[in-house]
Amino acid sequence: MRLSPTGALRQSGNLFAMALDVVRTMPRRPFQAREFIQQAWFVASVTILPTALVSIPFGAVIALQIGSLTRQLGAQSFSGAASVLAVLREASPIVTALLIAGAGGTAICADLGARKIREEIDAMQVLGIDPIHRLVVPRVLASMVVAVLLNGLVSVVGVAGGYFFNVVLQNGTPGAYLASFTTLAQLSDLWAAEIKALVFGAIAAIVASYKGLTAKGGPKGVGDAVNQSVVITFMLLFVTNFVMTAVYFQVVPQRG
Amino acid sequence: MGVEICVEGLTKSFGHQVIWQDVSLTLPAGEVSVMLGPSGTGKSVFLKTLVGLLKPDRGSVKIAGRDITRLREHELYEVRKLFGVLFQDGALFGSMNLYDNIAFPLREHTRKSESEIRRIVLEKMEMVGLIGSEAKLPGEISGGMRKRAGLARALVLDPEIILFDEPDSGLDPVRVAYLNQLIVDLNAQIDATFLIVTHDIASARQVPDNIGLLFRRELVMFGPREELLTSDEPVVRQFLNGRMQGPIGMAEEKDAAQVEQELAALSGSETAQAPGSRALTPRLLPGPGITRPPRWEAIARREAELRRRKAVADV
Repeated sequence: MRLSPTGALRQSGNLFAMALDVVRTMPRRPFQAREFIQQAWFVASVTILPTALVSIPFGAVIALQIGSLTRQLGAQSFSGAASVLAVLREASPIVTALLIAGAGGTAICADLGARKIREEIDAMQVLGIDPIHRLVVPRVLASMVVAVLLNGLVSVVGVAGGYFFNVVLQNGTPGAYLASFTTLAQLSDLWAAEIKALVFGAIAAIVASYKGLTAKGGPKGVGDAVNQSVVITFMLLFVTNFVMTAVYFQVVPQRG
Repeated sequence: MGVEICVEGLTKSFGHQVIWQDVSLTLPAGEVSVMLGPSGTGKSVFLKTLVGLLKPDRGSVKIAGRDITRLREHELYEVRKLFGVLFQDGALFGSMNLYDNIAFPLREHTRKSESEIRRIVLEKMEMVGLIGSEAKLPGEISGGMRKRAGLARALVLDPEIILFDEPDSGLDPVRVAYLNQLIVDLNAQIDATFLIVTHDIASARQVPDNIGLLFRRELVMFGPREELLTSDEPVVRQFLNGRMQGPIGMAEEKDAAQVEQELAALSGSETAQAPGSRALTPRLLPGPGITRPPRWEAIARREAELRRRKAVADV
């Protein structure tokens, strides 16, 4: 592989061009409902269990940190409010995104990459079928929908885990914990988190599809593509997360 | 009736590496053409350029009067419906069984009922001898069967142009012979324009109307079969006879002095040693069950004439 100064620029340009293609192709009929349902089911089936298992300790860690922090600051009555806020705003979209990218994205990338090197994608194009429309759009939509639903799951499991650790293990007062739930958090936090999850799901699926469809060089190429797709997705996710959070604080007035 | 493909001044390079340049040829409508060339001369790249999967640097590919190198993406998808392509390994969809693979283009592009699709799919499967394997997955069958299934899938939309990417690679000689017969029979039946990319000399001698040879980044020659089989061009002679002496080397082309030396040494021995090397191999004709269109009637008459003359000369 030759390194060239324009290589990175060309790659990101191509990635962005494909993202635009996906958006442009989305409304085209006939909608590939069958593929969409299959993919949504597939992505959900590989992500639900790990997501739940990750979000319990994640919620617990947040509860522990906030529990001791609030005690040091003498603001125990706010421990419920703060942990709900942390789980809802940051933890759940990020956990969702990592799992969608790590479990769903890799599977999408490996699947499309294998098809690419077996010339299935070429065959499909020659048969007059646009792989973006037939394969990529259903995967992107499936990944977005599943990300939104998973985000709800992570929020619930994370908050429940936080409650359990704060009340049962740190001897917090259940009443105060529950009562302070809504002192800092508001409904727009949930909306923002769902929008984040939606965008993260789209990014993960588009990067995975792009890397899969441009895989070359035999089975090793597919492995490389999967590897790169995870790395690129994670970098994009954290940058996007920062931007969206910054915008959120500018747009939505905060309580208190 | 097939469609004529007119290629003009086609050049393709990857980075600084020129694959081939200034390739101009016309694939006559309804005829069988073979594109020969040593490994690595970009035969498959040429094929992919013809269907618009790769964009050439320069030149044009006109199909039914439309230059496909200049078409927009959605127009390209329309033009591609004229094509049937047999990829090297069949390129079947791994997640579908053979029946669904072959039915796929019909389900995507036509509004035919399932019973009608079933009739067409079974007809094509019978054509390539795959009846009984409908429910098998591509991973469960041999390479030869995958190729035949790929061919059946390429045929279901009744294409005007059929491209074969090394139909004989990885097949045993008997299966290659069957496949060649199948190709000739198909041409007599559906009248499409055929292009076969290969490096199998035996097939190239028997099957096509026209032969082209790619070497050293250019099209050395393209013309009727007889013309190339009797040509004195050193590259063509070397390749069609599959011998070491000549301009084509193991890794790269050889230098001119060495080539001359080799050819001089060869010219002494050749006449005595290999009498058949310049002779016309008899052409493969459609099988007995196939009704021959006028074009193939004419070819059969000429073949019979040639054979009679040869018999007279031998006596």
